Formats: sequence, C-alpha cells, structure tokens
Amino acid sequence: MKNPQRNPINTYWNDPVFRGRVFQAVMLIAVIAFFASIVSNTLHNLEVRGISSGFGFLNEEAGFGILQSLIEYNETHTYGRTFVVGILNTLLVSALGIVLATIVGFLIGIGRLSNNWLISRLAAVYIETFRNIPLLLQIFFWYFAVLGVLPHPRQSISWGESVFLNVRGLFIPDPQFGEGVGFVVASFFIAIVAIWFIKRWADKRMNDTGQTFPVFYTSLALLIGLPVLAFFVSGTTLVWVMPELKGFNFKGGITIIPELTALLFALTIYTAAFIAEIVRAGIQAVPKGQLEASRALGLKNGQMLRLVVIPQAMRVIIPPLTSQYLNLTKNSSLATAIGYPDLVSIFAGTTLNQSGQAIEIILMVMAVYLTISLVISLFMNIYNKRMALVER
Amino acid sequence: MLEPVYSPAFKKHPLQWIQINLFYDWFSSVMTLLVGYLLVSFLPALIDWIFISADWFGSSREDCSGEGACWVFIGARFDQFIYGFYPPEEYWRVNLATVLLIALMVPLFFENFTKKAWLIAFLLIGYPVIAKILFAGGVFGLEQVDTEQWGGLMLTLIIATVGIIASLPIGILVALGRRSEMPIIRWLCVSFIEVMRGVPLITILFMASVMLPLFMPEGVSFDKLMRAMIGITLFQAAYMAEVIRGGLQAIPKGQYEAADSLGLNYFQKMGFIILPQALKLVIPGIVNTFIALFKDTSLILIIGLFELSGIMKAALNDPDWLGFAIEGYLFAALIYWIFCFGMSRYSMRVEAKLNTGHR
Repeated sequence: MKNPQRNPINTYWNDPVFRGRVFQAVMLIAVIAFFASIVSNTLHNLEVRGISSGFGFLNEEAGFGILQSLIEYNETHTYGRTFVVGILNTLLVSALGIVLATIVGFLIGIGRLSNNWLISRLAAVYIETFRNIPLLLQIFFWYFAVLGVLPHPRQSISWGESVFLNVRGLFIPDPQFGEGVGFVVASFFIAIVAIWFIKRWADKRMNDTGQTFPVFYTSLALLIGLPVLAFFVSGTTLVWVMPELKGFNFKGGITIIPELTALLFALTIYTAAFIAEIVRAGIQAVPKGQLEASRALGLKNGQMLRLVVIPQAMRVIIPPLTSQYLNLTKNSSLATAIGYPDLVSIFAGTTLNQSGQAIEIILMVMAVYLTISLVISLFMNIYNKRMALVER
Repeated sequence: MLEPVYSPAFKKHPLQWIQINLFYDWFSSVMTLLVGYLLVSFLPALIDWIFISADWFGSSREDCSGEGACWVFIGARFDQFIYGFYPPEEYWRVNLATVLLIALMVPLFFENFTKKAWLIAFLLIGYPVIAKILFAGGVFGLEQVDTEQWGGLMLTLIIATVGIIASLPIGILVALGRRSEMPIIRWLCVSFIEVMRGVPLITILFMASVMLPLFMPEGVSFDKLMRAMIGITLFQAAYMAEVIRGGLQAIPKGQYEAADSLGLNYFQKMGFIILPQALKLVIPGIVNTFIALFKDTSLILIIGLFELSGIMKAALNDPDWLGFAIEGYLFAALIYWIFCFGMSRYSMRVEAKLNTGHR
C-alpha cells in the first residue's frame, strides 16, 4: 500500500458495496423522478385538454359495427365489449396461425435436411426468401395483390355450388347438427380417454414383453371411428346451410373474411420460415452417434425417428419455438394495417379514436399482450422442464 | 513434385450424382418427379411474366400491354420510392450523404488500413452531424426540408441506421445491468426487457405517437420521426440485450475470475476481457436483431410516415396506376430482401473470420 492513512472519502469510494448502494440509490431516484414527471405532465396535459381519465368509458355504447365477431356484437354494445371481441379475434388468428405455421415449418425444416437435392434446395429458397421480407409487406401482398383482385360476388369462383370465393371472402356451408349431437361429442372424448389407457397398456406391455403395439393407427381409428359410429347410432341429423347470393353478397353459411385469410397466409408463411430453421437446427443437434447406435440396435427408420431423434431434437427445438409462437401472436397485431378486427385494430384503433381515452386503452392493450406472453412462457417453461435432460 | 490426385470417390459421374441426390429411393424419386412437374409447369410462365412479356419502358399505363408485368409503374415512380417527397432539386444532398458514407466505409474493408478506430469514431460522431445538416438543411444556405418530406428507401435506411447504431450500446448496457449484482439495477433492466419483449412493436409506436405528447411538459414536442426512432430503438434494444446476455452467460466463470485477479476494475474487465469474447459468440444473434430492426422499419407507416412500404402503398392507390399491386409489392420486397440477405451473408463472413477455433 502506498498510502496507509487514506482519506475517509476515498475509503468509502473504493468500497464496491458502498459504491453499489450509492449508484443504485441514484438510479432509483432518477427513475422515480422520471416517472413522477411523466405522471404530473400527463395529468396537467389532460386537464388542459379537458380529457377525463378513468375506465368509465368502457360502459358507454360503442356505436360502430365490427366485421367479424366470435361473440354476439352489434352497434348498441359497449366499448368494454369491443375489447373482448378484439381479444377473441386476436386469439383466433394466433391459434390458427400457430397450428398452420407449425405444420408448414416442420415440413419445410425436414425438407431442408432431405437427401433429395431438389427438395432441400427449394426449402432453402423458401426460408431465405420469406424470412428476409418484412411481414407487413407480405400481408399487403396477400391482401391487396392476391385477394384484392378476386371477382365480385356475382362472378364468384364456385366449387360444386356450395363453396364460393370472391373479393368479399370465402363462403363455405355451415353444418347444423340436430338433437343427439351430444353423443357424438361425448364419444370423441371417450375416444381420447380410451387412447390414453391403450397407450399406458401398450407401454407397459412393451416394457414387460418387448412386443410393440400400433398405438398411432389405433388412436387414429378410434378418434375418427367412434364419433362416426355415434353419429349413425344416435340418428343425429346433419343439415348443411348453404351460402346463397342475396343482393350484392352471400348470406348464410360460414364466411371467412379476406382480412383473416390474408393475415393467416402471411403469418403462417413468414413464421414457418423461422420454425423451419429451428427444426433443422434441432434435428442436426442430435449427435450422429445416436443414429448409429439406434441402427446398431436394429431400429427401423420410423422407430429411429420416433424414439431417438424426435425426443432429443424437441429439447433443442422447444425454447426457440415458444418465442416464435409469441412472435406470431404479437405480429398478429399488424392486422390493423389491413383492417382485420383484432385487439389493436378495434380497441386501440376505432375505440381509441371515438373515445379519446388514449392512456387507458394503450395500457389495457399492452397488459393483454404482456399477459399472453407471460402465460405462454410460463407453460412452455413447465413443459421444457419436463422435457429437459435429467442429469446426475 | 507429384500432381495432387483426387481419390476415386470424388470423381462422381453426373448420372451417379443424379441417382444419389434425386432418385435415392422410391420416396425421393416420387418427390423429385412431383416437384419437378410443378416447377416445369409454373416456372416458365412466371419467368415469362416477370421478364419476357413484361413492359420495361414508357411513362404511363398505356405503355403496358397487360400480358406481363408492368415495370413502367416502378420506373415512373422510382424517384418517389427512393426519396419520398424530398424536393427533386435537393436530391443531390441525399446522394452526397450516401456517397460520403460509402466512401468512408470502404477503408474498413481493407485489412491493412491501420486507423480504423479513428474512422469508426468519425463515422459514429462526425458523420451523423454532417448527414443531419445535409438531410434537414436550414443552415449554410441549404434549404430546409422538413422530416415530413423525407420518405421512401431513404427514410427506411435512415431509421434502420440510427436504430442499429443506437440499439447496440443500449442493448449492451441493459444486458450488463441484467447480469449486475446490484438488485435494483437488475430489477430495472429485467422489467424493461420483459415489458418491451412482451408487447408488439405497434403498441410501442402507438404509444410513441399518441401518448408521448401527453408525457411531455407543455411546449416541448418531438418530431414524429424522432418518436418513431426512439420507439424502434428501445424495442430492439431489449431484444439485443437478451442476445448479448446469452453471450455473457456463455463466457466461462474463469475468465471473470482471471480478470478480477489481475486487478481490473468493472469496466476494464467487461471492456477488455468479457465483452470482446461474448459479442463474438453472438454475432449471428446480433445481426438477426439488426435484420429484424430493418424489417420493422416498415411498421412506421402505421403512424403515418412514408418509408418504402408506406410510399408504395400510397403510390398503388393513385388512380392513374391502379391494379399494379403485384409489381409494386414485388419491387419493395426485392429491395428489403437484398438488404436483409446481404446483412445475413456478411455476418456469416465476419463470423468465419473471427472464429478463432476456441469453440
């Protein structure tokens, strides 16, 4: 030590714990001061502009229509109801998008690793093309350039006079079940329970005797067979309500609006490119020795894939796959650019413009997305823990 | 000296190559035939539409025959796609700034150029000032051009560059904060990251455009472009922080301890020992964040700024040029694609160059 009698201030300043505390206190005060100034400015500005704050506006009548709603909604419902309609529409497009993107992504990802040169090249072109183009542009492309040039309702493209495609959307027949539909639904759930027991029994038998049982095909047969059987036995009637051209548009049946189709196409194609890369990396992460070992054990190709490759690849795949699902859900908010009535488009768009309650509405919207994010990552973490390698 | 001779296995007959790579087994053969059939039936028509039957020259829609793509539309609006509503007689200012940037960046690619640090410092501090003066004007006799007139590819590149340059240091700071031993700092950084990553960029941009004016004291107002830039930069900084945190976690504990035992202080330890290694490990992640940021610039059309996508959408609504949506969006997509693909390829090269084989 050069100077044993140190200045007390220097002693304190050279103590990392003390320094850390000072730094944290300064940061905390700065952040609190920052937010306090924001709050006070905001309150002042709101007062000057004569905007009342609070959530009372949620009970006011909305007075505007919404293109697509999963629950009953019309102009006389409240702003609060538009919030729910928006959330449900966001969840609908996200759920459909996640399912489709997973299927397409896994197919492309496996194709990327194919030993067929043509397939693997095409998969590479797909991945490199679609992940390097902004999603918004892809949504515009599908909506304005592809779906926007479809014919008018009177010149609809039709298949068998029951499915119609035009610029207003895709119109498909709506199945209406008569009495006894409960049996069909119940038999579906019975099938699921039965499959669970069969799987348990098959696993136990394989562990005991080494004999395998075709669980997959049995499950498929049960899942389809039981409800079909129940349908005929219970004598349920099934009536298809066909879409019909009335005036300028089709009535009856199920309408899939073009906004939903365009958004779904773009989200699926864009996210699938990322999922494909994740799947490829996951499969490649399985060491070659594992494949050689399973060959040495005499496993067939299918068994090797199902029992050795996929369980190990899934461990690598699941964490980034989760973040892609979250991205897809958040990206569905781009709906607002083409007017698909999702949460951002309806609630942070129309409702905000009509009511003027910017702060409350943006905070509510952010809270919804934050909740979805946190819930999905919570579930995925639990699943991930169960899948993770158990080490000593 | 003997000529090098390849082992016989490398000399594959083309037929053998086809057999292995296209017709390995029955499944592969069926896929090849199926995909080959689809390609043969669609590709020629597509190439014909894009190149052969397309109309390239002219000035109005009458010059388009309608048999192929109408690139006349792109040609007629080209200046707008690049410069937005910037006054045409001032285009030279944008061009000069671009040429200057490229000229300053060229030496960085030469191995034996030794004053790189000074050049980078100038690029980060001096150049933005020059560019701002050139773009906005209002001084040195340059005519003032409001940010509302900026647009097209120029605006896309400005936002992307500012975002990329600003989000990296912010991301590094937040990542270090998240790994800090001080609980309040860590807690602040975690909240920032989780909130930013938990909500869509659109809501942040909405917030920047609708709520920010309410947050400011009376009389203080930010320009719309500035608000969009702050929103995008903070949003991507959160993602950047998570990428960099991954790199920090991958550095063995021994490196931290070795730095401590050498008597380095926190900033020396991070700056000289940890960050150079950590950043190198996560180059692909960093570049992916840059690419995401570049693509995300298209979102600012939602708050009413006309960057490339926005100006394209506006141009397609022009009554004189209705019905060329496919051409328009293909052209915009191609420009975005060139930049994003270029960035990802460049990162692969950097990664290969910096790979010192320790991993």
